[in-house]
Formats: sequence, structure tokens, C-alpha cells
Amino acid sequence: MDEAVRKRLIEAMARTVIAHADELTELDRQIGDGDHGLNMKRGFEAVLEALPATAAKPLPEALKGLGTTLVMKVGGASGPLYGTFFLALGKTIPDAPTATTLAGAFAAAVEAVKARGKSQAGQKTMLDVLVPVAAVLSAGGADLGPRVRAEALAAAEATIPMKAMRGRASFLGERSIGHPDPGARSSALMIVAVCDAIGA
Amino acid sequence: MTRKPQVNVGVVIVSHSSKVAEGAADMVRQMVGEAVPLAFTGGNADGGLGTDVAAILAAIDRAWTPAGVVILVDLGGAETNSEMAVEMLDEARRGRVSVCNAPIVEGAVIAATEASGGSPLEMVKRMAEELSPQ
Repeated sequence: MDEAVRKRLIEAMARTVIAHADELTELDRQIGDGDHGLNMKRGFEAVLEALPATAAKPLPEALKGLGTTLVMKVGGASGPLYGTFFLALGKTIPDAPTATTLAGAFAAAVEAVKARGKSQAGQKTMLDVLVPVAAVLSAGGADLGPRVRAEALAAAEATIPMKAMRGRASFLGERSIGHPDPGARSSALMIVAVCDAIGA
Repeated sequence: MTRKPQVNVGVVIVSHSSKVAEGAADMVRQMVGEAVPLAFTGGNADGGLGTDVAAILAAIDRAWTPAGVVILVDLGGAETNSEMAVEMLDEARRGRVSVCNAPIVEGAVIAATEASGGSPLEMVKRMAEELSPQ
């Protein structure tokens, strides 16, 4: 994968997170501590600052660099969670991924997030987007991009009727029902941005 | 009389709030004085509420002893960021630092009291965790 593509991918994720920071913060205000958008914005602004150096590296190292920046800069639980995702993705993905190697690396990264957050799908978290997207990637087939995009957005919406079992939102119990999960929403936004960036 | 070298387990307090972290540390000091290496951190890199992996790593460094370090945390992000920080330690230290599943203030005071008697890391952690319902 060439440097321009790496740059475009990472920049697309950063720009969408920053552009949606207010929306993410507002979602988090409903069922959390109201800092998800701010935290993610801080992290991805640091990602943009480091982007020339990050994108110059091969894809595995670039993703590890992205992960480390998020771990160090985000400041909420989403820092280590997203950081772990990209660190694990970088550990498994080759520099020129195919649909198959991407699916394998994505699945490994999702497992790492489960371990970091001691969580699984169905608990109203980012995993409720990451797990079904991993399944679509693993199944493969034609029109993968549009299907990944549709799954990510639908899966984030599908967190609305869920009751939060992890994180600050879980303190609300039944009152967490009726709101989308901010982490699921930010995951979906980033996945859509990547699909857009590679024209998938 | 030669002073016994410092071998007690250290305590690190990680809160979303620097005031909570500092206040909990004050309560620990009142209980154990200087007998236990103690460090605290609170707030994100911008000084707002949150936690900061780099600051947690620095706090572990300040409280480090060869006997190890226990970390007391408040809410989710403090725990996740502390576990991340532990994984980023070099291999020699990583196995000697443990995040406790315990309430931050009570856990810190009990852990430090236990540590001040020279108990090993596992015992210090267990005493703090007895405060949490299993």
C-alpha cells in the first residue's frame, strides 16, 4: 500500500471523528459522562499532527503508531479501546492487505478490544458495531464495501434499544435504553470514512 | 542504626479528578506516613476530568519499589488506562504492578496500611479487593 493511501485512510478517520465531535459528545451526555466527542477529537487532532510521520511507515507500523497516539492522547476509556484495536490490527495486517487478510486482522483486533474492555457484543458498546462488521468481512463476497458500510450504520442504530452493561452508561440501567451508544456511533463513522476513502 | 532499605509495596492512585486523587493520597499519608511509596494522578492531558496513560506511567515510576506497585482506580476509563499503562511497562516491571478491583479511597488506605507492614504484592492486592463484593 502506498503512502498516499495510508495518509488518506488515517486522515479520513480523523476528519470524520473531529467533524462529528459535538454529536458524539451529545450522545455521551445522554448516557455517559459527556466527553466522548471531546476525547476523540483531542486524540485525532494529535493523529493529524503526527500524520506525515505515521503515513510514511508501512501499514502495520502506521497502524501501531495511530494506536499509540490514541492510547496516549484520548484520555477516556475510548483511548485504550481504540488504541488497542489499531495496535492489534497493525500486529496482524500485512502491508498490502487483501479482503481475506483484512478480515483476519480485523477479527483479531476485535478480539483484542473484547479483552481490553472485558466485554462482548450485546452490551451496548463499540463491539456492537465491530463484531457484526467483522462477520461481514469474514464472509467476504461481492460488494463488500457497501455491505460493510450498511452493517456499521445499522449496527450502531441497533444499540438504541439495548441496555448498557459496560462503562459509565451501565450505571443508568434501564435508563440507558432508547439512546444510541456513542462508541458504537464513532466506530460506525470511522468504518464508513474508511470505505469512502478507499472508494469501496 | 542503619535504616532498613525501602522494600514495601508502592501505591498509585488514579482518579478522573486530580482533587479526588490528591485527597485520597492525603488520607493514605495520614495513615501510613512515609512508610509506603505513594503517587497519584488525576485528569486528562488537557487538565480536564479523565485519565492519562503517560501520567499513570510516570506515577508508577514515582511509586516504584522492587516489591511492586498496586494501582487503585475510580471509574472505567481509569481502570482501562491503568491496565494499558501496565502493559506498556518493560517486562521486568510489568509482572510487579497490579490494578486492584476495589473502591479508590478505601482501597488505597487499606492497601497502603497492609503494605506498610511489609506484606507482599499479592497480599496487599487481596486486602484491598476484599472491599469489593465478588
